[in-house]
Amino acid sequence: MERDDIIEYSLDAHHSEEQGKVIRKKIFKVTAILTAITILEVVVGAYWGRATSHGWTWEMIKLGYIILTLIKAGYIVLSFMHLGDEKKSLKYMILVPYFIFMAYLIFIMLTEALAVGSAWETYGG
Amino acid sequence: MAGHASKQIDSATLWGGKISPFSTSYGKLMMWFFLVSDALTFGGLLVAYGFTRHDFLGAWPIGEETFHSMPFLSGNYPLMYVALMTFILIVSSVTMVLAVEAGHRMDRKGVTKWMIATIIGGFFFLGSQAWEWSHFIHGSKFGKIELTDGSKAIVHAKSFGEIKNFTVVTAGHHHKKGDVITEKDMDLLHEYQHAAAAGHIHNDEITLHDGSVASISQMAHEDIELIIKEDGSKNKIGDKIEGAEAAKIYSEVINSGEANRVVYGANLERNEYGPSQYGQFFFFITGFHGFHVFSGVLINIIILLGVMRGLYHKRGHYEMVEKTGLYWHFVDLVWVFVFTFFYLV
Repeated sequence: MERDDIIEYSLDAHHSEEQGKVIRKKIFKVTAILTAITILEVVVGAYWGRATSHGWTWEMIKLGYIILTLIKAGYIVLSFMHLGDEKKSLKYMILVPYFIFMAYLIFIMLTEALAVGSAWETYGG
Repeated sequence: MAGHASKQIDSATLWGGKISPFSTSYGKLMMWFFLVSDALTFGGLLVAYGFTRHDFLGAWPIGEETFHSMPFLSGNYPLMYVALMTFILIVSSVTMVLAVEAGHRMDRKGVTKWMIATIIGGFFFLGSQAWEWSHFIHGSKFGKIELTDGSKAIVHAKSFGEIKNFTVVTAGHHHKKGDVITEKDMDLLHEYQHAAAAGHIHNDEITLHDGSVASISQMAHEDIELIIKEDGSKNKIGDKIEGAEAAKIYSEVINSGEANRVVYGANLERNEYGPSQYGQFFFFITGFHGFHVFSGVLINIIILLGVMRGLYHKRGHYEMVEKTGLYWHFVDLVWVFVFTFFYLV
């Protein structure tokens, strides 16, 4: 078998101790952000969660959760998985189709679920 | 094939296009393809969960009410345990990225150290999940009850009345009449809950496994309150029943002698937290994720052995650590979404 793993493609495959220091600093910064967001989410969940918040307050909190989750996901994918350092073409080849498909799936899910739910409400389970 | 074993090939031959697409090695690109497909699987599961939740007419269980326990502690700690699990997974993701960074500096000791830390984090997460599953399956002391009008209610109380003993009134295969069965002989609460769920408690008398019938000596429950979670013909979602009436209704359900009037914990058919689909999705989604964590730990161990043998050092780069790192971060990424859509929202 021909070995393709000996060929290095990534431009940043090796770096020096000084560059490493900068990279580690960034890693710890991302860790702090992820931890802070998780703590915020849990505190909100414990004191202003679905059991205590209603109506528009809860809808806004829910939206906030989804935004915070996407921020966390962004940090993990772009920073920890280094997708942000890859070529633009690779980055968008992975992200764009996935987001288009998931957006479509979520749209269909919400539409269908509300239709099925109202049918049960009208005609009984 | 064998003749090519030691031949170094240039990228033009390898990809046939002079330059590699995306400037990434084959292995890393395939790992990304796999992760996209796996992300679609998890996306599909969470969307299916969303579908079930949105067309369900009753009250869907609330995360901070369902998950509020901590090991070794009594009391109410809403979401604290899953927050801890999330934190463990984030930390192990950080140690993994530090291992990758050390690999870029060809620091073999550093890679070994951080990979061991990552594997330990993985085991901690798996252990936490095992505890959470066990807690979810066994459930609360009171369980969820079905009232006579068909409505379903969960029970809040200051304390569950302690069961002192069973006194046998009709002999069975094992116990004789007059025997007093205490905590030393069997797990009384466990026996009581099994009998109540199966409809083997009637008029304060319990039918035990060996067929003997015993009277139950139990303290009174303190400050019992019923909260309706599913509509019946009389009670509606959100209604609360308190005081003596609540105690009377609870006792009638336990003593009904009918199966499945009270549900403890969870299995694939029914659970005390909400509709049956809630339990099924909990087991499937967190189980499928847990299986990914388990596989991730195994892959990490295999790669760690390679690191310790100096395999990647000889190769001149630690790309294998980078690839297993991608998978490990993906596992963390999935958990971020499970945490939001299963526990928080």
